[in-house]
Amino acid sequence: MRVDSRAAGLLLPVASLAAGLAVLAIFFALSGYDPVAALGAMIRGAFGSWYAFTSGTLVRAVPLMLIALGFTIGLRAGVLNIGGEGQFYVGAVAATWIGLKLGDWPGSAAIPVMLAVAFAAGALWVTVPAWLRLRFGVLEVISTLLLNFVAESLVSFMVQGPLQESQHIYPQSDQLPVAARLPAFAGTRLHIGILLALSCCVLAWYVFRRTMIGFELRAVGRGPRAARVTGGLNVRRLGAIALLVSGALAGLAGGVEVGGVSYALYPNLSPGYGFTAIAVALLARQSPVGIVGSAILFGALEAGAGAMQRDAGVPAVAVYVAEAVTILAVLLADAVSLRRRDTVTA
Amino acid sequence: MTGAPLLQLRDIHKRFGTVQALMGAGLVAHAGEVHALLGENGAGKTTLMHVASGMTAPDTGAVLVDGAPRRLKSPRDARAAGIGLVHQHFTSIAALTVAENVALFAGWDVRPRELALRVTALTKRLNLPVDPGALAGTLPVALLQRLEIVKALAGDARVLLLDEPTGVLAPSEAEELLARARAFAESGGAVVLITHKLDEALRGAHRVTVLRRGRVVLERRVEGLGAGELTQAMIGDAALVEEPSPVAFSVKDAARRVHVAGLEVARESGLGMAVRHASLGIRAGEIVAVAGIEGSGQRELLRAIAGVLPVFRGTREVSQPIAFIPENRTTEGLIPDLSVTENVVLGLGRSASWVRRGRLDWKAAGARTAELIAEFGVRTTGPAARAASLSGGNQQKLVIARAFERGPGVIVAENPTRGLDVQATRAVHDRLREAASLGVAVLLYSSDLDEVMTLGQRIVVMSRGTLREAPPGASRAEIGSLMLGSPA
Repeated sequence: MRVDSRAAGLLLPVASLAAGLAVLAIFFALSGYDPVAALGAMIRGAFGSWYAFTSGTLVRAVPLMLIALGFTIGLRAGVLNIGGEGQFYVGAVAATWIGLKLGDWPGSAAIPVMLAVAFAAGALWVTVPAWLRLRFGVLEVISTLLLNFVAESLVSFMVQGPLQESQHIYPQSDQLPVAARLPAFAGTRLHIGILLALSCCVLAWYVFRRTMIGFELRAVGRGPRAARVTGGLNVRRLGAIALLVSGALAGLAGGVEVGGVSYALYPNLSPGYGFTAIAVALLARQSPVGIVGSAILFGALEAGAGAMQRDAGVPAVAVYVAEAVTILAVLLADAVSLRRRDTVTA
Repeated sequence: MTGAPLLQLRDIHKRFGTVQALMGAGLVAHAGEVHALLGENGAGKTTLMHVASGMTAPDTGAVLVDGAPRRLKSPRDARAAGIGLVHQHFTSIAALTVAENVALFAGWDVRPRELALRVTALTKRLNLPVDPGALAGTLPVALLQRLEIVKALAGDARVLLLDEPTGVLAPSEAEELLARARAFAESGGAVVLITHKLDEALRGAHRVTVLRRGRVVLERRVEGLGAGELTQAMIGDAALVEEPSPVAFSVKDAARRVHVAGLEVARESGLGMAVRHASLGIRAGEIVAVAGIEGSGQRELLRAIAGVLPVFRGTREVSQPIAFIPENRTTEGLIPDLSVTENVVLGLGRSASWVRRGRLDWKAAGARTAELIAEFGVRTTGPAARAASLSGGNQQKLVIARAFERGPGVIVAENPTRGLDVQATRAVHDRLREAASLGVAVLLYSSDLDEVMTLGQRIVVMSRGTLREAPPGASRAEIGSLMLGSPA
């Protein structure tokens, strides 16, 4: 029974992904591209070589993993944080600012400080939705989403104002000093941020599985009334805590991206990581460990999309078709299994 | 009785997943008759009524209206065929007026002025007066139920299905409802009254059908039928020992476990007071039962004493730990999606033996849960089963097992046997008595007056927020009039 459900848990995302790719292939065929060549280019771009896998796929998987983990922690506690994109940018702004300041610190001491500041900035950014939710019951779905636009404006302002590069020509910041850059693995562009992301996933898995606070968050998400009446839990406060952690992880993702990949702040730093991460989390179906696999898959899609455009002449955005179909398939399967279960117990 | 019956259900089979809910059940409702449909929980009463009202399609079997077979694919079809169902739980929208609720339900598309006239005409014709302009949310329970009946009959229904209609009413209100049901039948309609109360069936109905495990086990006119025969039909071979009558509490010097004085509790909506200046003391080993019409403040009184709702004003001294048994098992007592073990962990909180410095030992929690399952006879596949997979009675056993596990000084229980069958009810009653005999102070409220009188060593009555003590040995009628707020 245990093994069955675990196997089924893996089967569903894989089948959904297959459906997504199949629809993408049909889409290619219909619009006159060679589906074999296009998908081939995509797979080579994502997994074709060690360099492609590490520097393409895994580099993109890092921010997806962190933001998706944050989204999942919120979701488990019944909080929908749709503002990962904005929190990512705020983390990136904070990391850039502090990274530029701390550049002359000895050794690599600047790195943990920079990441901690990005983490805190993400949390700080969601204190507004968290407070609105606690105090007035404002839906965090709306408040976090709207703050995305504010965060993007903040980045624009920063790169044309306080954080603009010293020449004052381009809308971007100066490059981070080497001391504030995350070390990369030899021969690749993959930085140690991946270890951080993996540890966060494992830690979250442990917290949800083995600790009382993890259980309480889960209870609040699954049955808020019972959690309050029977468990005596403060549902709103636990929801707010989950939201803060969720925002903090997205902020950390922004810091890691600046420190490990871009080394500078500029608009469009994220190709929509904050939104893709929601898809990553949905595919992983609330499992912190599942997020690792799911983020790598989506990282591969994103990395493969670029290769596809370069090698097969197919617009990279076509890959969103596959992402969307995958998520729809997961949601559909969930809805069907829920309905079936409810009919049985009715 | 000449002519075809108004409604006939013939040889209905219905299966939900692995559960065969109905196995050839049927029902014949004639014009001019009130027909009682009796059975324990899970016997298939509600499923059968859902078939009659178009909410559930039977696997096999026929529905005949006026002798002609009909396929009812939706509640709308059933309404068109002249069948109206009044659900056990009210379905009116509090923020809309009576007239708007009727229009919404009946699908009338008319201007407000015309609507008021039409609803007034309808209530007059049915002889069920309700103010069409009143907001549904402001109606007392008895009128709210009347509104439900008006809605069901708005489409000129000739068959009225009432699902456990008297559970929320005071005795005199229930009496009135039964009289109105008979009047409707006498005017040429047919009434099907779903109930688990034997005396209601015997006094209110002309004919009874008893279901057991999806089959009809008894179908006849009520003349000459006794309560014993009906019970036997409902529960089958299982013998049921008569419940003991409550013994007056004797230990006057036992420790006082609950003491509230001048207690005021706000409504959960925050508007107004639900409990006004209530004072109550309960000693260790005593069972106090609260009677009251739904919405009289008993719910808020119990929740304030249990510490679930805040006290607005007054003294509240209650010995810890308190075990609270909420009336709504599946939304407040349990999280259906979680396992049995997880639900036990939820109820026992951070002071449980399996929590050490914030870490959870699931193995220990599971082992203790398995012991509780065995000790309290919870029927389940094991501690890892989802709580949703348990039947209502077993869910309640689990909730009670968990309450005992807290080692409580006080148990506060709301409608502890709502929706349970005779045997599960009996098991819950025995556990509550056992708790009292072990020195726990028990405070409970039940919307079933019989249960209040069966369990309570002392009975207090809530009426419009005011708490009054019923005199020792008070009769049903005396308690009923206290519930309606008349001076004792």
